[in-house]
Amino acid sequence: MAGATRTPTNLTQGGKTDAGIGASTLRPDGTLKVTGEFAYSSDMWHEDMLWGFTLRSTEAHAEIVSIDTSEALATSGVYAVLTYDDLPTDVKNYGLEIQDTPVLAHGKVRHHGEPVALVAADHPETARRAAAKIKIEYRQLPLVTDEASATAEGAPLVHEGRDDHHIGHVPHPNIVHRQPIIRGDADEAAKKADVIVSGEYVFGMQDQAFLGPESGLAVPGEDGGVDLYVATQWLHSDLRQIAPVLGLPEEKVRMTLSGVGGAFGGREDLSMQIHACLLALRTGKPVKIVYNRFESFFGHVHRHPAKLWYEHGATKDGKLTHLKCRIVLDGGAYASASPAVVGNASSLAVGPYVVDDVEIEAIALYSNNPPCGAMRGFGAVQACFAYEAQMDKLAKKLGMDPVEFRQLNAMEQGTIMPTGQPVDSPAPVAELLRRIKAMPLPPEQQWLAAGEGADVRALPGGLSNTTHGEGVVRGVGYAVGIKNVGFSEGFDDYSTARVRMEVLAGEPVATVHTAMAEVGQGGVTVHAQIARTELGVEQVTIHPADTQVGSAGSTSASRQTYMTGGAVKNTCEAVREKVLALGRAKFGTYHPAWATAELLLEGGKVVTDGGEVLADLVDVLEGEAIDLELEFRHRPTEAFDLVTGQGNGHVQYSFAAHRAVVEVDTELGLVKVIELAVAQDVGKALNPLSVVGQIQGGTTQGLGVAVMEEIIVDPKTAKVRNPSFTDYLIPTILDTPSIPVDVLELADEHAPYGLRGIGEAPTLSSTPAVLAAIRNAIGLELNKTPVRPEHLTGT
Amino acid sequence: MRVNFTVNGRKQEADDVWEGESLLYVLRERMGLPGSKNACEQGECGSCTVRLDGVPVCSCLVAAGQVEGREVVTVEGLADYAKQRAEHGGCASGACGTSLDAAQRWQSKPADSQTGENTELSPIQQAFIDAGAVQCGFCTPGLLVAADELLERNDSPSDADIREALSGNLCRCTGYEKILDAVRLAAARGENRTAGQGA
Repeated sequence: MAGATRTPTNLTQGGKTDAGIGASTLRPDGTLKVTGEFAYSSDMWHEDMLWGFTLRSTEAHAEIVSIDTSEALATSGVYAVLTYDDLPTDVKNYGLEIQDTPVLAHGKVRHHGEPVALVAADHPETARRAAAKIKIEYRQLPLVTDEASATAEGAPLVHEGRDDHHIGHVPHPNIVHRQPIIRGDADEAAKKADVIVSGEYVFGMQDQAFLGPESGLAVPGEDGGVDLYVATQWLHSDLRQIAPVLGLPEEKVRMTLSGVGGAFGGREDLSMQIHACLLALRTGKPVKIVYNRFESFFGHVHRHPAKLWYEHGATKDGKLTHLKCRIVLDGGAYASASPAVVGNASSLAVGPYVVDDVEIEAIALYSNNPPCGAMRGFGAVQACFAYEAQMDKLAKKLGMDPVEFRQLNAMEQGTIMPTGQPVDSPAPVAELLRRIKAMPLPPEQQWLAAGEGADVRALPGGLSNTTHGEGVVRGVGYAVGIKNVGFSEGFDDYSTARVRMEVLAGEPVATVHTAMAEVGQGGVTVHAQIARTELGVEQVTIHPADTQVGSAGSTSASRQTYMTGGAVKNTCEAVREKVLALGRAKFGTYHPAWATAELLLEGGKVVTDGGEVLADLVDVLEGEAIDLELEFRHRPTEAFDLVTGQGNGHVQYSFAAHRAVVEVDTELGLVKVIELAVAQDVGKALNPLSVVGQIQGGTTQGLGVAVMEEIIVDPKTAKVRNPSFTDYLIPTILDTPSIPVDVLELADEHAPYGLRGIGEAPTLSSTPAVLAAIRNAIGLELNKTPVRPEHLTGT
Repeated sequence: MRVNFTVNGRKQEADDVWEGESLLYVLRERMGLPGSKNACEQGECGSCTVRLDGVPVCSCLVAAGQVEGREVVTVEGLADYAKQRAEHGGCASGACGTSLDAAQRWQSKPADSQTGENTELSPIQQAFIDAGAVQCGFCTPGLLVAADELLERNDSPSDADIREALSGNLCRCTGYEKILDAVRLAAARGENRTAGQGA
């Protein structure tokens, strides 16, 4: 379709950004982002475009008795109103692993906020008002809201007639997936324990709260296909789910990644993608959909809330004897990533500790609560909160220092995981703990530092002026965690990179084209660095991510630098071989080193490993372009056995440790986190500035869930009570403390450049460290996140 | 309705504006200025922060009709705004905002590049890039406008001052540490001292 548009552009680098791996080069999209010119998905624009709006269910579990769209359709400015009956093919569901999610509700709704109808109109407000005129009659159905109501005799089934590949091994059709991990004999080992501690822990429902709302633009093509500009974490996964619903072959759904305003797991599932395409194809006009924040809270999955029962034993000299635990994750109405969350929660339930005898069970429920799926650190985050609370309880009962107790039981390279998988790369758990403990503590009573009475900004309660230091006590807490990197359990996890090398305007230039979703993490920066290192060029252009190149896999599971970074490295190496072959053909006869020496590309030249220049790349490449597209895979993994949980299920592990210092106003129950120190092993920091930024950002999301973040679902109605930034709080700059970061680089020989995926690990231990610090300050057990004032004051 | 106002130093006229439209919507969808961001449209996140007659406001909470005859500066005009402030003497006492007169004198130049190459940046914009304060970047425009206004008032803010001034701007990616670094960096580079203030 012709006409004026605003869509993504190439990213080029110059100036200070010209450096290879290991340097803190600056983002190639930085200038666009600080000038407001970067084209986010909500900024997409097309002449004559319409605005789409999604009508969502007001009930959590109800039969749809009737839908009347006539008044909406008759509204001036409305171009289309679509319901389930308008879906064009027999494929009416989608899903990441289990296709259980209706594109539009059919017959019934299973959660509050489920999409029921779509409207396209010439103004967003027209669309909203027309949608309000759609009359839907609901008949309430009984609710499933927790494990008891899900598995009770005669419980209503959230999904009837399940035929997915998990139904054969789950104890109830309202359980999505169950994964036990059994190793050794936990009952027998428990007899050796001198102390046993147990606890029930509750982890609240967290929202990713990415700032860029779900949004995008679908433009109908002259060939009957559609061009879709959208913010996502995995273009090809979207494509696989979108095309069948539209009844189009995948090549007629051309997807381009638009600017992504954060993701954190919340963009793994589809949101407005299919809806915008349906409206565009129906109306023959470009259609833009942009959620507002209220709708965004219903428009993506959340972090699974969890209940966790843990029992550990230890000998009196501080060695862990056994672990028994049961983890119940609430997956809500649709499966999303629940099976993988169960896999992580169970296989990492023990934490970064050596425990030979374990009895672990994790399940995810189907319920009528909001669907839950991927969020940074999934499965491992919930488990870490519980096992770290247990470690403190054990240390206290044994009269040991909590850090020394952890170090005594810390896993290391060579440890066998409860899944039977050996840890075959560095696992510096004890060292990370040593490092954070050794960091200097922040000074006491910093609110007096200015010397003119109390600066309330440094106190719990802040500018609310609730204390000038009275009733304020300090606490310090530690935690450490383990996260898997990459897609596990036998998934064929690969990434693709296309690299083109040519001479443009007298300069050798590399173009990197992948489908990697840049969501803010800095993958585009790292890809350019890798190309510079491997190809010895200064000029690197990053092509917009789209589906014209092979899949890059998901920007999740801390995997993209490893996987698509690995793919870029891999393709660059192949391009380099072609360049050298070209050089040998053209100039080989002029110098024997072409045939005998190890050759490198550096500074725009072909050089020997001794530094002798053999040729300019400009001369080698003149009149030629080398263009390769190759796939890259990490080493294969295995599924976990469904009975014992045994199997080499993970690719790589990532470790971080935190020390939290908090001050608590004991009278009002207000908490101020004073400092959150982190130590993390990153294998190799390809871009140290970005690495530290990832660690600080992940840490802050963990802080949020410790003291403020929770989606509150009314247990009586299963309705969301706080879908706004007024009521769902995320940390502001006043809530977030100084976050000193100590980066360790111990190479993993299996990974590109020895790097370790880093994005998620800092989110794990941040939360339990803050909880430990609060417990240390006031002496309460505190078994639930987030901690609220009433938990601290007992009121 | 029709709304006449000045955006980044240029007179603008928006026609067929529905009375319920926000300034944010008019900027993004009618003026072709999508730099101000739509993260919450509830006045909670600060991503849509613009200067309205010099005062930082959430443009999602300003009705379009309220800006009739007034001056708006968005992130797209920030570089020129800072430059002209420097050329016109900026703020002497460290305690003043932009006067209406100063705001009205000021004019923006259009950006000349799609990729951002060779774009002239304000000191705070450059500092955000250099300090690694930009990740997904969705909060960045609002933070830049707020931070620029802070530095206009206070050329050597303490950390507590920076935190207080930016407490209305949510960021989900960075943990704010590098945003603090960026503001410290811009202050240290003394952008406001180059405005003929000595100091």
